[in-house]
Amino acid sequence: MTDSKYFTTTKKGEIFELKAELNSDKKEKKKEAVKKVIASMTVGKDVSALFPDVVNCMQTDNLELKKLVYLYLMNYAKSQPDMAIMAVNTFVKDCEDPNPLIRALAVRTMGCIRVDKITEYLCEPLRKCLKDEDPYVRKTAAVCVAKLHDINAQLVEDQGFLDTLKDLISDSNPMVVANAVAALSEIAESHPSSNLLDLNPQSINKLLTALNECTEWGQIFILDCLANYMPKDDREAQSICERVTPRLSHANSAVVLSAVKVLMKFMEMLSKDLDYYGTLLKKLAPPLVTLLSAEPELQYVALRNINLIVQKRPEILKHEMKVFFVKYNDPIYVKLEKLDIMIRLASQANIAQVLAELKEYATEVDVDFVRKAVRAIGRCAIKVEQSAERCVSTLLDLIQTKVNYVVQEAIVVIKDIFRKYPNKYESVIATLCENLDSLDEPEARAAMIWIVGEYAERIDNADELLESFLEGFHDESTQVQLQLLTAIVKLFLKKPTETQELVQQVLSLATQDSDNPDLRDRGYIYWRLLSTDPVAAKEVVLAEKPLISEETDLIEPTLLDELICYIGTLASVYHKPPSAFVEGSRGIVHKSLPPRTGSSESAESPDAAPSGAPPSEQPAVIPTQGDLLGDLLNLDLGPPVSGPPVATSSVQMGAVDLLGGGLDSLMGGTGFTAPSAVMPANLGPPPSGGLGDLFDLAGGVGTLSGSHVAPKTVWLPAMKAKGLEISGTFSRQVGAISMDLLLTNKALQVMSDFAIQFNRNSFGLAPAAPLQIHAPLAPNQTVEISLPLNTVGSVMKMDPLNNLQVAVKNNIDVFYFSTLYPLHILFVEDGKMERQMFLATWKDIPNENEAQFQIKDCPLSADAVSSKLQGSNIFTVAKRNVEGQDMLYQSLKLTNGIWVLAELRIQPGSPSFTLSLKCRAPEVSHYVYQAYETILKN
Amino acid sequence: MIHSLFLINCSGDIFLEKHWKSVVSQSVCDYFFEAQEKAADVENVPPVISTPHHYLISIYREKIFFVSVIQTEVPPLFVIEFLHRVADTFQDYFGECSETAIKDNVVIVYELLEEMLDNGFPLATESNILKELIKPPTILRSVVNSITGSSNMGETLPTGQLSNIPWRRAVVKYTNNEAYFDVIEEIDAIIDKSGSTVFAEIQGVIDSCIKLSGMPDLSLSFMNPRLLDDVSFHPCIRFKRWESERVLSFIPPDGNFRLLSYRVSAQNLVAIPVYVKHMISFKENSSSGRFDVTIGPKQNMGKTVEGVIVTVHMPKAVLNMNLTSTQGSYTFDPVLKVLTWDIGKITPQKLPNLKGIVNLQSGAPKPEENPSLNIQFKIQQLAISGLKVNRLDMFGEKYKPFKGVKYITKAGKFQVRT
Repeated sequence: MTDSKYFTTTKKGEIFELKAELNSDKKEKKKEAVKKVIASMTVGKDVSALFPDVVNCMQTDNLELKKLVYLYLMNYAKSQPDMAIMAVNTFVKDCEDPNPLIRALAVRTMGCIRVDKITEYLCEPLRKCLKDEDPYVRKTAAVCVAKLHDINAQLVEDQGFLDTLKDLISDSNPMVVANAVAALSEIAESHPSSNLLDLNPQSINKLLTALNECTEWGQIFILDCLANYMPKDDREAQSICERVTPRLSHANSAVVLSAVKVLMKFMEMLSKDLDYYGTLLKKLAPPLVTLLSAEPELQYVALRNINLIVQKRPEILKHEMKVFFVKYNDPIYVKLEKLDIMIRLASQANIAQVLAELKEYATEVDVDFVRKAVRAIGRCAIKVEQSAERCVSTLLDLIQTKVNYVVQEAIVVIKDIFRKYPNKYESVIATLCENLDSLDEPEARAAMIWIVGEYAERIDNADELLESFLEGFHDESTQVQLQLLTAIVKLFLKKPTETQELVQQVLSLATQDSDNPDLRDRGYIYWRLLSTDPVAAKEVVLAEKPLISEETDLIEPTLLDELICYIGTLASVYHKPPSAFVEGSRGIVHKSLPPRTGSSESAESPDAAPSGAPPSEQPAVIPTQGDLLGDLLNLDLGPPVSGPPVATSSVQMGAVDLLGGGLDSLMGGTGFTAPSAVMPANLGPPPSGGLGDLFDLAGGVGTLSGSHVAPKTVWLPAMKAKGLEISGTFSRQVGAISMDLLLTNKALQVMSDFAIQFNRNSFGLAPAAPLQIHAPLAPNQTVEISLPLNTVGSVMKMDPLNNLQVAVKNNIDVFYFSTLYPLHILFVEDGKMERQMFLATWKDIPNENEAQFQIKDCPLSADAVSSKLQGSNIFTVAKRNVEGQDMLYQSLKLTNGIWVLAELRIQPGSPSFTLSLKCRAPEVSHYVYQAYETILKN
Repeated sequence: MIHSLFLINCSGDIFLEKHWKSVVSQSVCDYFFEAQEKAADVENVPPVISTPHHYLISIYREKIFFVSVIQTEVPPLFVIEFLHRVADTFQDYFGECSETAIKDNVVIVYELLEEMLDNGFPLATESNILKELIKPPTILRSVVNSITGSSNMGETLPTGQLSNIPWRRAVVKYTNNEAYFDVIEEIDAIIDKSGSTVFAEIQGVIDSCIKLSGMPDLSLSFMNPRLLDDVSFHPCIRFKRWESERVLSFIPPDGNFRLLSYRVSAQNLVAIPVYVKHMISFKENSSSGRFDVTIGPKQNMGKTVEGVIVTVHMPKAVLNMNLTSTQGSYTFDPVLKVLTWDIGKITPQKLPNLKGIVNLQSGAPKPEENPSLNIQFKIQQLAISGLKVNRLDMFGEKYKPFKGVKYITKAGKFQVRT
C-alpha cells in the first residue's frame, strides 16, 4: 500500500483514465485520482490537461483533498490562467471559513498562484487576513504580502499592504513579528531605496523580545535584520550584543552565524578597553569552533566565514589552531578551506605544529590538496620569519621525494622565499637545479628560470641551463617566455663575455619570431637599453626588488569590512560583495561597519547616506581614453605631447568624484582612515553643478592664514586606485601656489616611484617640482606633501574653468582624477589698482560684461570684509558710503594678467551683500564670485 | 528565499522536484551534474554552486542529493540547515530517508514539503507540529483509512504552532510516564605516527526520549557542569537559568529530540581509550609490502572497549592483501581499496593483531602516501569526559515519572596516521 502504485500506468492512456476517475462520484476514488495526478507532477510529468477536472474537486470538506487540489493549482494555474479563475470563488469563500487552518491555507495558496486575474481578487481577503484574530492566519498573510509583491509590486504599494506589514512588526505574537520581518526583508531586497525596515530603538526592542520567543528560522530573519541597524552609541550597541549573545548557543548553525554577524558588526563600536569587549571576544570562539563539528556542507560555509573573521579579528581564534587540522576523509572543499585558515593563524607560537601537519598533508593522495599544502609551507616561511629555515628544509625534503607535482610546487614557493629573504637560502639552488628536467608546468618552469637568472653569478652553468630552455622557446607559455627573456638579459649583464650570443638569440626570438606583443615589447625595450646604455640597463634590470609582503592572499581591508557585514550570506562564501555577483544588483546597498564611537569622525549612518549608487553609474572621472593616453605619455616620457582636446568634464564630474571619495571614506574605512581623509560630518549630496555648494561643504573648518585654504578632501578614493588614497587642497602663500597632498597607502603592498602630472588646463597650472616622496610608502602609512605649482604650463580652456585633471603614477599603476581648484589661489599679490585707473577701467569695460551676484548670510562689517578679502589678494581700492550703504570698490589680478574689478554693496544690518563684477573676460566672473563666497564665509 | 528543491539519486536521476515560487526548469541541475562530474567523488561536490541565474545549495544524505535552487542573497547555512531538516523529517516519517521510501510516499512527501516551506520561508519544521498536520504513514492507519475513508490529514490547527513553546503538543497523555537521557560522547582525534595525540576533542550530545503527560517542566543538573563551556541548546532550554545556575531547565518536546550538544576540547580531559601499533611499509621495486597492526586498550577507565572496527584506505596501487588476524575478520574491497577489520571486543590479555603481505600492481611505483587508520569503537556506561547527571526534577505535573540515564562513548573521527 505505497504511493508507488500511483506511478503505474495502463495501456489505455494515463490521462484518459485519470480523467474518468476524477469525475467519479465516489469521494475516495476522487482522492486517489488526485493523488495519482500529484505523483505524476512530482516527477515532472505534464498533467496540465486535467486542470478542469482537478479544479472541480476543489469544493470539498475534506481537508486533505483540498490541499492536494491546491498543490495542483499552484503548479499549473500559470499555464491555464482562464481556468484558474474558476477557483477564485472557492478561495474567497475559504478565506472566510471559521477554521483558521483553512483561512490561512486559502490565502497562502492564492498568493502562490501567479496569475494576474487571481491576484486582483486576493487583495480583499489578504487585507482581512492581515488583521485576522488568529495569529496563525496573520503570520501566513505576512508572507503572502511578499509573494504578492513579487508578482505585482505596484499593487502592494497602492493597496497599502506595506504599512500593514510594518505594523505587524509590533504584533503581540513573535511568530508574526518574525514573518513580517522576513517578508519586509525580502521586499526591501528588491527595493533598496524604500525605507521599509526603518529601525529605531523602539522597534529594535520589539525585535529583541521576539527574538527570544520565535522559531529558529524567525531568529535568523530577525538577526539578519538587526545587523542592518546602526546603534546610536556604544551603550546601545553593547546592550544589543548582550541580548544577542545567548543565540550563540543555539543548535541551529544558521542562527549562530547570524548572531556572530551582529556581534562582529556591533563590536566595532565598542571600545577595546571595555571589559565587555574582551568577554565578547572570548564568547565568540566556542560557537565558531562548534560549527566545525557539523555536517561537511555546514563546515564549508562556516570555514569560509571563519576565514573572514580570522582576517578581521585574529585574536578570536588564535588558540584554536588544532580544530582546523585536516582529517584524511574530510571532503576536499573542507580540506582546502581548513588549510587556508591554518596559514592565517600560523604564528611563532604554533609554527612547529603547523609545519608538522603541513608536511603530513604533503604526502596525501589528493593532488590539489597536496599542492596547496606545499604552497602553504612557503607561505609559513614568508609569514613567520623564525620558521623560514625549517620551512626551507621541509621543502627540500619534499623535493627529495621526486613526486613531480610536489617538486614543482616546492620550486614555485622557494622562489617566493628567495624574494623575501634574499641571500640567505641560496645554498639550496644546487638541489633545485637537479630537478630542472622534471618541470613541465609553466609556473614551475618560470619560477626556476627566474631563480637561475637572479642567481646567475652563483650557478656555474647558468648559461647552459637557460640555453636548454631556449630550444623550445616557441612552445613555452608566455609566462615562461617572458621570464626566460628577462633571465637571459640578467645573465648577460652579469656575465657579458660568455653570453653575448645567447642574449642575441633570445632577443631575436622575442622580437622577430614572436607574435606576442608583450614579449616583443619587452624584447625591444631590453634591446634598446642594452644597445644604448648598458649601465642604465644594469640599473633597470638588476635593480633591487622590493620585498614581498608577509601576508599573501589577504582580502583588501575595505572589502573585508564590507564582507564582515555580510557574514553568513552568499557574499561571505564567495568573498565578493553582493554587488559583484547577485543578479539585479542595482539594488545592493553597500554595507559598512559602524564607526567606533567617541572618535571625531562622522557618526552618520551610511545606510542613510545615498551610498547605493553602484560604481557603474558614476561617471568616470577622466572622460575619454584619448586623454589618458596623452597623460600617460606625458607622465612617462617627460615632454608634453599634444593630446586630443579634452572632452567636457563638467562640474558634475568633479562633484561626483568628491562625493564618491567622501563617501568611500565614510563607508569603507570609517573608524580606520586617517582623520584628514574624512569629510566634514554635515556632508550632504551636492547637487550637480553646484560648485558653490561644493566649496561650502569643503570650507567647513578652514583657518585663515594667508590665502584661504579649504580643508583637504578626498580626490582619489582608495577603491579606485588600487589602494592609493589621495586627498588634498590648494593653498597660496606669499606668492607661491601649492597643492597640499595627503597620500595614504591602503593596499597591502609597498608603494613607491610616485610621479604626478597635470593635464593642460585653463590657467596653465603645472607642478613646479617633481613629486618628492623619498621613502616607499608602506601599507597603512600616510605621507603629507606640498607640491609647489607654477602657472607656466600649457593652457587649454577647461569646462568648468577651474577643472584640473591630474595623473598620479606609482609602482603599481597610473591613476587619474580631476579636481576643482578655487580661483583665489590665482589672485596675485600686486592686484591693487590705482583709483584713477580703476575708474577708467570700470568705465571702459562694456556693461554687458558686468555680472551681479548675491552673497547671503554673511554678517560681517565692511572693514572686516575688506581685511578678510585682502588676505586672499582681493584689494579694496576705495570705500564710499552711499545712502547708508557701504560701497567697496575692489580689484584683483589673475596669474595670467586678467584684471577683475568689483563693487561690493553692504547694507549695515543686513547679512546679504551685492557683488558686481566687471572683467574683460566675463567667463571668470562666476568663479571669482565663488572665491568671494568661500573666503567670506570662512 | 528557497525557490525549488530537486532530489537527485547517485545515478543522476531527478526523482522529485518541488517549487515554492515559479517553476525552475530541471535543466538548472545540469550545472550540478557538471560539478559532480568534476568532483569525481560524490562526497566532494561543493555545497554551493553558482550558475548564471541561480545558486544551487546542496547536501548529500543517505545517497541522495538534496539540491535547492535560490535566486537572491540568502544565508547558505539557513538553506543547508533546512535541507538537513527535510532529510530528518523524511527519516522520522518513513523510518529511512531513501529513494524508495520517498517514492513510496511521494504524496506525503509533497504535502510535507508544502507544509515546511511557504514561498521559501520555513513554516512548520518541528516534527511534533508536522505530525499533527500530516500523520505519518503506518500500515494500520492506511488499512483503517481505506475502510473508513478518513484522512491522514489533521483537521485542526496544530496546537503548538503559535504558543511560546512551539516544540510541544498541548494535549499529551501517557499511561507510563518516562524520561530517558542518553549521554553520547564521540572522540574525534588525530594520532600521529609515533602515537602521540595531534588533536583530540569530545563531541558530546544528550539525546532524550521524553514521554510525559501534560506540560512537565524539567530541570536537569550535573555533578560537574563546569565541563560544559561550549554548548548548543535545543530551543526549549532556558538560557538564563543555565547562565546563572548551570542547571538545564526546560519544558521538553514530546518524543525523541536532542537536548543539547557540547564540546570538550581541553586536551587533558580527552582520554584516548585505545592505542595502535602499526607497521605498514612497501618495498621498493618488489610490488609487495608488509602490513602489521595491533590494537590495545589504554585509558579506558576500566571498561571494555567493544565494537572495534579498523578501516584503512589503502593506496591505489594495492591489488590485494593476504592477512591473518588473531581475532575478528577482515575484508578487503579491491575496487575501493578499503580494508575493513571487524574486531569486536578487545581483551587486554590477548591483543588483536592483523598482519600479512600486501600485493601491489606490478610495475607501479612505490606508493608515496601512507594510509591512515580509521578506528571505531564503543564503550558502554562511560562518558569519557567524566560528565555525570546529578538529578532530574519535574515540576508542573503531579505524577511520578520513570527516569533513566545512559552513558556511551564512541569513536567519532578517530584517525591514526602511519
